Amino acid sequence: MSSKPTNVVIAGLGGQGVLKASDILADVVFGAGLDVKKSELHGMSQRGGSVSSDVRFGERVFSPMVPQGEADFLVVIAEDQVPVNIASLRQGGVLIEPSQIDESSLPNKRSVNVALLGILSRHLQFPVEAWTVAIKRNLAEKLHEANLLAFSLGRGND
Amino acid sequence: MQERALSLLSGDEAVAMAAFDAEVTLGTGYPGTPSTEILETFEALGGHAQWSPNEKVALEVAIGVAFAGKRAIVTMKHVGLNVAADPLFTVASIRLDGALIVVSADDPGMASSQNEQDNRRYALAAAVPMLEPSDSQEAYEFTLRAIEISERWHTPVLLRLTTRVCHSKSIVRRGTVTIPPPGPAHFEHDLASRVMLPPNARPAHVRLRKTLADMAAWNDVSGPNEQIAGSSSLGIITSGVSFQHVREVAPDASVLKLGMTYPLPVELMRKFAAGVQRCIVVEEGEPYLVEGARAAGIAVEGKPEMYRFGELNTARVRRILEGDTTPEPKRVPGKAPSFCPGCPHRSSYQALKNLDCIVPGDIGCYSMGSFPPFEAMDTLVCMGAAIGVGLGLRHTLPPEQAKRVVSVIGDSTFVHSGITGLVEMVYNPPPTGHVVLILDNGITAMTGMQEHPGTGRNLTHAKTGKVVFEDLARTLGVPNVHVIDPTLDLEKFQALIQSCLDKPELSVVIARRDCLLATRAIRDYERCNEQQAD
Repeated sequence: MSSKPTNVVIAGLGGQGVLKASDILADVVFGAGLDVKKSELHGMSQRGGSVSSDVRFGERVFSPMVPQGEADFLVVIAEDQVPVNIASLRQGGVLIEPSQIDESSLPNKRSVNVALLGILSRHLQFPVEAWTVAIKRNLAEKLHEANLLAFSLGRGND
Repeated sequence: MQERALSLLSGDEAVAMAAFDAEVTLGTGYPGTPSTEILETFEALGGHAQWSPNEKVALEVAIGVAFAGKRAIVTMKHVGLNVAADPLFTVASIRLDGALIVVSADDPGMASSQNEQDNRRYALAAAVPMLEPSDSQEAYEFTLRAIEISERWHTPVLLRLTTRVCHSKSIVRRGTVTIPPPGPAHFEHDLASRVMLPPNARPAHVRLRKTLADMAAWNDVSGPNEQIAGSSSLGIITSGVSFQHVREVAPDASVLKLGMTYPLPVELMRKFAAGVQRCIVVEEGEPYLVEGARAAGIAVEGKPEMYRFGELNTARVRRILEGDTTPEPKRVPGKAPSFCPGCPHRSSYQALKNLDCIVPGDIGCYSMGSFPPFEAMDTLVCMGAAIGVGLGLRHTLPPEQAKRVVSVIGDSTFVHSGITGLVEMVYNPPPTGHVVLILDNGITAMTGMQEHPGTGRNLTHAKTGKVVFEDLARTLGVPNVHVIDPTLDLEKFQALIQSCLDKPELSVVIARRDCLLATRAIRDYERCNEQQAD
């Protein structure tokens, strides 16, 4: 294989928008012309159980699943899900969790997932416009404003 | 979905896109993770899709489409094929005019299923050709190829997917495979080919074996298989998503990736194995390819027994290649799902728990009644089993215990395979009577809010014929039929169950309250349908 893919794991509880966040990320990567795969387990996710989604991207991606201990980034939307998922993070990998944002300044509490994507975006080489487009494409119009604000909050000033 | 050459699709969406591009006339199925999104996407693209009461009926409807010269796709989860197995085994030897694609979405690792069956065994047992895609691009292409194969050999084709193919997204280039458009709908009498009575079925079986031999020879030379040249010291035979893990873990190995895994291209496999020093089969689930290779006299290495269980991933494939059988690292268990706050099932299980009932249960969200804090569902076997199992318990237990047995079944599951259980109850009533509790939350909640014949709305949520459970139960001759909202007054609900348990008679109690997550959507559908009627 020419180069190792970038591995992102997004985790949380059913109903927190784990899959939505990984959809947005995968959409951004896809728009940038990279190979991308995204994988997760559905089924029980709506009932408040643990949910996680893997996104891998690079020149060429084979397995859709992030190997244990090889995630470059672990984004956890529910603080109590950190211990459940921490083993997926590689040595020196980046953990992104709700305590890193000021939740009280979120216009909508349900946008934590997108705010954390904002933090993630600082570590990745995709233009902010690409994130904006992907957020809009993956969310209903009435949610655009709150989520774009949440994203900016996470991303901070460029 | 965007109208451009490339899109990022799940395997399910890719199958749907191929079905649409192939002008499939009708998609049928019963919802089941991880297959559900295929029909929903097919319909969203503009195809015609229908939920059937169960997989057997779905397959029968699809067979009719193929008898009429058109193309049909029928979708289900792996256990659904058990329900559809009866028509499958016989349609295998019937000459079809159109195309019939049977999609089986298997769930290795049981993310959302009651067993881990490997439906590649069905292809072998029913003698139905099978394709196994390894990502979304192949899900798209193999659906089209399956239609080609189906029409060329006039046979059904099994398209076998797994969770990581169905629910992984990867990039799909549309239009990479094109097939001729379907012919016109037509019917010509051909009793000898389609009436499977012994005088016709005997030659049909012989014909089927000839067809399979012909297909195997074709598969050896022209099948959708792929060889990746590599080291001569290590050769790997693989299929499905395992191929992706293999490519990542062993980039230098020679690989034979099988796309059509029944009938197997054994000569291709033989040649490949002969060209490498060590030939190992890497496959998820049952040792299906290994056994096929060995039966053909090809010496291959298989995986250690411990890797029969659960999904494969890159770490496990690495261990298989290294022959590592030491215990695997344990994963930290996640939070189990639970009933939503305010879920109507909570009231139902509270009552059953308070009454200390013996509860044969069934499959749906309400299976979570077996979890704490309720732990009030005692058995789960398969779709519809609650009623039959409950009757068996009633027939066998001493009266004081038998009188506490309540069969619990959801609305969609009741339609799927509970109705025949109710017929059994009326026909062979236990001496203590019986109580069937239908938890009717107005939708197929577990799989993501699909319609069913009890909702009176079809797959597109438009108004259609409605099966009314209480009317059905009364028509069948059940003397005590009650409809109650379990959330309004728990004591009243509990008293009703108790009064039914006290009588040596048959009772059906319908606990009716819409799923909280679906309430708003159901209201919107109904409003929309009313406006259309005006």
